[in-house]
Amino acid sequence: MSVDALSSFRVTTGTRASGAFALVAAALIVIAFAAPLFVSRSVIQNLFFILTMLALAQNWNLLAGYAGLVSVGQQAFVGIGAYAMFGAVILGGMDPVAAIAVGGVAAVLLAIPTAFFVFRLYGAYFAIGTWVIAEVARLVVAQWKSLGGGTGTSLPRDATRSIWGQEAVAALFGVRGPHAADIVSYWLALVLVIATIGFIYRLLRSRQGLGLAAVRDNQDAARSVGVDALRLKTLVYLAAAFGTGLVGALIYVQKARISPDAAFSVVDWTAYVIFIVVIGGIGTIEGPIVGIIVLFLLQNALSDYGSWYLLLLGLIGIAVMLFAPRGLWGFFTDRTGIELFPVRRNLIVAPGATPDKGGPHG
Amino acid sequence: MTLLQTRDLKAFYGDFQALFGIDLALAAGETVAIIGANGAGKTTLLRSVSGIIANAPEAVTLEGRPIGALAAPEVVALGIAMVPEGRKLFASLSVEENLLIGRYGRDVAGPWTLDSVYGLFPVLKERRNVPATALSGGQQQMVAIGRALMSNPRVLLCDEISLGLAPVVIRDIYAAFPRIRESGAAIVIVEQDIGQALRVAERVYCMMEGRVTLSGRPGELSREAIHAAYFGVHA
Amino acid sequence: MPPISGCMRDAPWPEDDGMSWLDTVVQGVLLGGLYALFAAGLSLVFGIMRLVNLAHGDLIVLAAYLILVLVTALGLNPFVAALVAMPIMFAAGWALQRLVLNRTLGDDILPPLLVTFGLSIVIQNALLEGFSADSRRIYAGGIETASLAIGPVNVGVMPLLTLASAVLAIVALNQLFYRTSLGRAFRATSDDPVTAGLMGIRPNRIFAQATGVAMVVVTIAALYLGTRANFDPATGPSRLIYAFEAVIIGGLGSLWGTLAGGIIIGVAQTVGAAVNPEWQILAGHVAFLAVLLARPRGLFPRAVD
Repeated sequence: MSVDALSSFRVTTGTRASGAFALVAAALIVIAFAAPLFVSRSVIQNLFFILTMLALAQNWNLLAGYAGLVSVGQQAFVGIGAYAMFGAVILGGMDPVAAIAVGGVAAVLLAIPTAFFVFRLYGAYFAIGTWVIAEVARLVVAQWKSLGGGTGTSLPRDATRSIWGQEAVAALFGVRGPHAADIVSYWLALVLVIATIGFIYRLLRSRQGLGLAAVRDNQDAARSVGVDALRLKTLVYLAAAFGTGLVGALIYVQKARISPDAAFSVVDWTAYVIFIVVIGGIGTIEGPIVGIIVLFLLQNALSDYGSWYLLLLGLIGIAVMLFAPRGLWGFFTDRTGIELFPVRRNLIVAPGATPDKGGPHG
Repeated sequence: MTLLQTRDLKAFYGDFQALFGIDLALAAGETVAIIGANGAGKTTLLRSVSGIIANAPEAVTLEGRPIGALAAPEVVALGIAMVPEGRKLFASLSVEENLLIGRYGRDVAGPWTLDSVYGLFPVLKERRNVPATALSGGQQQMVAIGRALMSNPRVLLCDEISLGLAPVVIRDIYAAFPRIRESGAAIVIVEQDIGQALRVAERVYCMMEGRVTLSGRPGELSREAIHAAYFGVHA
Repeated sequence: MPPISGCMRDAPWPEDDGMSWLDTVVQGVLLGGLYALFAAGLSLVFGIMRLVNLAHGDLIVLAAYLILVLVTALGLNPFVAALVAMPIMFAAGWALQRLVLNRTLGDDILPPLLVTFGLSIVIQNALLEGFSADSRRIYAGGIETASLAIGPVNVGVMPLLTLASAVLAIVALNQLFYRTSLGRAFRATSDDPVTAGLMGIRPNRIFAQATGVAMVVVTIAALYLGTRANFDPATGPSRLIYAFEAVIIGGLGSLWGTLAGGIIIGVAQTVGAAVNPEWQILAGHVAFLAVLLARPRGLFPRAVD
């Protein structure tokens, strides 16, 4: 092929829909930050739940949907992040908001040795291995008497009454202490979600992201063209642990009360997360956003029904996985080709670039 | 007299078309060879007949009965057995167990039993309890053929049985074919080795890029015609 | 929630007595029999179709509730109830595989994992709705507390029966695998489902039969689980983890390896408990991680993944 012909191919990722969405998203973010001005405290709390679950889902999606690492043990990092934050506050006297960073770091420190173990396993055994790690973490933490042992503990009142930014917000918005604390948590959650999605989006558009997609599709083929599969997977595992740890710490700043069974709960931090991602659309950034909205609506409709609610979620998850494995967003994007977070690379061919002589043999 | 027939047989792997309308006939007791280069579609043809690939029901008929859409287990029950390309023996089974499993889908009385198969390939009897994949290539090929024979098939499909074997071993294996023919089975042999195919078959089909390019009796076909049909003619 | 106890004795451990360590190890071996029973079904299904059922533990619990219902509704002896439950569980497993799990098999690892995870949630919550979260127990009319003196140690009759059942189950499964036509079909299908089709084997039916057989073993495990300790709808996941650890330690594809793996976990747990009762479960996990570190493929690997 001639050099002229080469230059008439271009690789782009942007689409018209994504351009429009970028503007809409920017507007939404501004509105979201301003929300505490015009919505009630309970709405803020609901939004907090939605945002933190979304952040957890994006992290899990990065692991499973993009790196092909299906973990049912991310609750380990939620729990460690949360407990590290508690430890920093109770034992180290730190401000809870600052201690969130400690949570993230602690999660990564746990992830490094555990990666060593679980990467010896593949597929379903990797999954259960991550669950074992979570169980070990729970049992070890339950031995930690100064943080409440098996029954857990609460954040001290002087810590929860003056978290970073709380007084300023209370004065600015004219609200009481606990309400202000919820607003601070909400903003932190918003920042965390934007940062998480931003990180994932940038990663997927980078060379590493392309390598990741290759590894997910066919690891051996990817390695044969020079992709370091193990290094990529490890980086993703550590990044997801960090993100999950941060979210875990933030969630428990808001809850202010912790116990091993709650912080390391499979149902709360893995089952719901998996359903969000599966129902929304695994392997897409848009999917978890759709999924958390669906989960929230279902939860509101069915929260009175206890275990029927979880049962229904389970059935829906199974059905989606069997019959629409790409989830609601996947179904939509397959039909319409619309991508809001464009990560697929498109090859644009300038007219006249393809030689038009000869068949398959020239 | 026609036992097995294909009519306008097409086959696809996803969007890729591998067979473009194959017409082929096999009479009872006849031995037919299909030759062609890699990618000609020979294996696809056998996989279509044996049921691994699904086709239009009428595209493949056995004694007039449409079997094109049937799955492999149903096809073997009707008496069409395949010796797959690459032998495909079961690694977890011994030689004898591999033979026995040939009878799983079609257990009918007939000339082929464990004893008569051992009679055909005596070396297998000595190694009957050895894991099948521990044998040499030629011996594995014998197991694969014996396994297919155990179902007392009316049609035996042999896919590239000489692949990867030394010439002296290939000769030994083909030396068993007269006895197989005597037992009444019709045989379809797919081969890249043109000489071997012409020696053993009563009729030959040549395929190229998913089409039959030549057919006839070995004696009637000139070398030039075969080469042209095998390799294709370029301007 | 206190750790679900796999440990059997309520009596306090004797102090610093050489005999007590022997006793600890013996109890651990017997406990290992239970874990081997948990694991055998998992090992079987994985060996044949490379499927790990994340709902395996919950299926054991489901079978335990089934036995409980048969005992209370029909007044049957638990052992008889288990016998009655076996064909029911076989059918349930067969149907589950045929209708749901067969659809998940393929190259992609996500569907089987996520579908069986969803199944786990469904079973737990269905049991919660049906039976409430109360702890239950299957009463066997006194045999639970009977014990036998074997040499210097006292062993409970039920734990002994559990180990014996585990050994018998493994022997029976091996007989099935290596001496029957169905067993040949299992092994052939696990090697190469496409070529197995050429032999007349229908992989989907084989898989359904395999899961059915696994459910029979699950029923036996459920009998001993339910008579030994309390259980409730949330007991499943920890059984899955013990089963999985036993399979990994033993090595994929080896049923005797699974028994060895179960015993190692059992002994680790009883030894850990002897040091500090709160460390029982953790000790099992630590033993698992240690083996995983030293021998990633397990102690007696046979199957190639």
